[in-house]
Amino acid sequence: MAIEDIFGKELKVINLGLEGFAKDLEKQGVNVIHVDWKPPALGKEDLIKLLDRLEPYKDRINEANNKAIRALLDAQPTIVGLGKAIEVIPGMDERTFLHAGPPVEWDRMCGPMKGAIIGGLIYEGLARDKDEAEKIASSGKIKFSPCHHHDAVGPMAGLVTPSMPVWIIEDENSGKRAYCTLNEGLGKVLRYGAFSAEVIERLRWMERTLAPALSEAIKIKGRINLKTLIAQALQMGDECHNRNKAGTSLFIREIAPALVKAGLASEVLSSVLEFINSNDHFFLNLSMPACKCSLEAASGIKWSTLVITMARNGTDFGIRLSSMPDRWFTAPAPKVKGLYFPGYTDEDANPDIGDSAITETAGIGGFAMAAAPAIVKFVGGTVEDAFNFTLRMYEITLAENNSYLIPNLDFRGTPTGIDLLKVIEKGITPNINTGIAHKDPGVGQVGAGLVEAPMKCFEDALKAFVEKHISEEEG
Amino acid sequence: MISKVWIEKNSYYDSVTLMQVSSKIKSLDGVEEAMVAMGTRANIEQLHRIGFEVEEAPNDLIIAVRARDEEALNTARKTVNELLLEGEGKEKKETIRPASIEAADKALGGANLVLISLPGRYAHREAHKALDMGKHVFLFSDNVPVKQEISLKKKAIEKGLLTMGPDCGTAIINGVALAFANKVPQGGIGLVAASGTGLQEVTTIIAKLGEGITQAIGTGGRDLSSKVGGLMMIAGLKALQRDENTKVIVLISKPPAKEVAEKVLSEVKNSSKPTVVCFLGGDPEIAEKYGAVPAITLEETALKAVALLRGEDYVEQGLSKEEEEKAIELGKKIPLSRKYVRGLYSGGTLCDETMLILSDKMGKPIYSNTPLKEEWLLKDPWKSFENTILDLGDDIFTQGRPHPMIDPRLRQERILEEASDPEVAVICFDVVLGYGAHPDMAGELAPYVRKAREISKDEIAFVASVCGTEDDPQVLSVQVKKLEDAGVIVLPSNARSARFIAKLMEGRC
Repeated sequence: MAIEDIFGKELKVINLGLEGFAKDLEKQGVNVIHVDWKPPALGKEDLIKLLDRLEPYKDRINEANNKAIRALLDAQPTIVGLGKAIEVIPGMDERTFLHAGPPVEWDRMCGPMKGAIIGGLIYEGLARDKDEAEKIASSGKIKFSPCHHHDAVGPMAGLVTPSMPVWIIEDENSGKRAYCTLNEGLGKVLRYGAFSAEVIERLRWMERTLAPALSEAIKIKGRINLKTLIAQALQMGDECHNRNKAGTSLFIREIAPALVKAGLASEVLSSVLEFINSNDHFFLNLSMPACKCSLEAASGIKWSTLVITMARNGTDFGIRLSSMPDRWFTAPAPKVKGLYFPGYTDEDANPDIGDSAITETAGIGGFAMAAAPAIVKFVGGTVEDAFNFTLRMYEITLAENNSYLIPNLDFRGTPTGIDLLKVIEKGITPNINTGIAHKDPGVGQVGAGLVEAPMKCFEDALKAFVEKHISEEEG
Repeated sequence: MISKVWIEKNSYYDSVTLMQVSSKIKSLDGVEEAMVAMGTRANIEQLHRIGFEVEEAPNDLIIAVRARDEEALNTARKTVNELLLEGEGKEKKETIRPASIEAADKALGGANLVLISLPGRYAHREAHKALDMGKHVFLFSDNVPVKQEISLKKKAIEKGLLTMGPDCGTAIINGVALAFANKVPQGGIGLVAASGTGLQEVTTIIAKLGEGITQAIGTGGRDLSSKVGGLMMIAGLKALQRDENTKVIVLISKPPAKEVAEKVLSEVKNSSKPTVVCFLGGDPEIAEKYGAVPAITLEETALKAVALLRGEDYVEQGLSKEEEEKAIELGKKIPLSRKYVRGLYSGGTLCDETMLILSDKMGKPIYSNTPLKEEWLLKDPWKSFENTILDLGDDIFTQGRPHPMIDPRLRQERILEEASDPEVAVICFDVVLGYGAHPDMAGELAPYVRKAREISKDEIAFVASVCGTEDDPQVLSVQVKKLEDAGVIVLPSNARSARFIAKLMEGRC
């Protein structure tokens, strides 16, 4: 290239700074875009210095990120079947309970998380009532461990106990597997910390009736590719986190013939179909592990700044990086800004909770908001807001998805693969669509809305990333 | 308290819309509890919990309200209807703007130039990013460290790109005026300049002479310092030498360090294209040595370039006969007790050019905040002394207020102040037109000139030149007329204006 190559060409100008210059160019008929610029890292000098220190390693980081994002985009999440948690989840034993988010001890657990654990102990037959359950939970006899440490994910409290049936999902490209419980429905449910008799009864029904029926049906049907189901659901108005109507409907179409062929008693068959049909979020517990195994494929790549986990336990919000998958970077879980069911206000709300932000981490959920105009009220009220919500996320992601397309954006791929460096540099944190749990155990969902990942997680991650990679490099 | 439940048969609304409606109804005056929802089992349970008895009906819209009185109930009901109909005909919000060069590049489908006027400490990061993406850079920002300037320019040259700036105010690329620049016709003269207003003055005079330009490349004022070594001027010069549309080349700068001047001029030596070099106030001999055509003033630069383009001989242009007579006549009218010239300039190079001509012709010290000689530095820039010519665009004047090309206030005040000084004979100034500049600077200054003439009982001559073209947004002739109507003598160039003043001042002590 030479300087004179631009002579005689149509100018296309990007303007940063004084907007008047862009207006003057417009008056001259020049194609110009004014950038809504903010100081890098919101002007925080220590962070800018860290970004500058990484500058010489840009090529290496880009290479690592390309590898990571390739793995994420190439993933083929597929339903393999169902299994019992203790039998299929790695590192699970009779005394292990899994929970959502980063590690948290009993004392620091929030209300819904404690409620779910109480329910889990009763369900497992380890406690008869709340008091006994609390005693056991605080005694140290039960090992609490994040789902994410066991290739699993769980919505809200995300509780997985040894006897629970779980979906087994596999990325057929990398062979990575992920596990997730079956969605219990809305209202009073364990994942929102409810543990009344009806909750336990439902869990037992799911274990004894629902899971065996689905397991049998999948054996008949064979593996079900989730990537194509998610892609279709996005084109039917889901974002596969806060709206799963289309995904659930598509799943019923996939599974119903096989369920019928499974030779179940007619009351079993009808109760199973009715249960799935009555629960708009049934598909969430499939989209989540689909995202999880896809991101696992992108994990463990040195120099990669791809975020592979965003998860909350109701007390802390945590993220993890591809290049440092064993380290959590946490901050207090923020409150959700949202709409409340009648009778509830934000004073009833628990801070943000659940592993479901795995959907945003993989490029759907809130990042695909533009695909889900039916729920735009969560993001400000207009379809325009939903578009802007998705468009903003392109600023902090590494790629545009090759499978998950948004019809309303001319089939542009969803913003996929959060880049730690872009988050820091642009001062834009990932936006997450989410449900709101009541702060007290046993009440359940009180609303839904939006939450912004806390910037502190990303700032700490950057510091650790620079320390690890550069000090190794420079001795 | 009274409660009421309305049921709208077979009306479907999505749950999120209804949640929002519910919360709005609840916040109405006199309403205690409200729920607007589809009659699904879960919702009916909620309704029971807050004390409404309703049957399950999943396809029906349930509007349940408990309120202070009948009136509040009715208002609530009406509001539900309004809210459910809302959204139609709502004003469309502006689509989000890109927050980064990358996103903007995507939106434009591939930009080729990035114009940066951010605070200096952030500007170089973005400039590096733009160059890495293969974009030319126009860097208006000042306060960019010289180390960054060098690395940006080296990177640009390696990639065959321009880095115009930092502290570059003017460029015209493919006929497009960038930042502070004029609408100049296309033609055969290509320019590279380390001086913003220098470039504006030369290009507008070329336009006034009926010719045009290919490109006007700015380099930023520091390019020809010994540290930067003329990196971008040389790169721009070479590009113009290779450009077949450029027939004549013009280089403009304050006098550079000697070794830098030689480096730049040695590139001129190898070229077959005639090159006019204006190192304003510098020694013309060095340019001649390298086969360039030296020019002392900006006006002379433009005249020589046009003459070379047309294959004509350069004819020195003094004042016209009428201009000279007018200067002498005015000189006679102004009492001899008025001895000094006061200049209020918005263009730094125009200020320099004025000082050079006046000090040469008048043979007296010209005081300034940016003086030709150190000993002529004004002790207090806010107070003129004897003959004073000010660059009001200098940092000391622009702290906390916009540049005088945009903001007329400083000059308005100073015109009145100078007019109150009984020893002042002439007040002169420039008006710079073009994109970026004030939309009507002449209109802003004219009333103050009138007032100043009153204050001085019309014993002061007001002399100005307007740097601009007919195609500029402000329109040259319109601006000239506004000044002339206020009693200002407007000369066709800054150099002519200075010579006019020198003539007028002849014979004063």
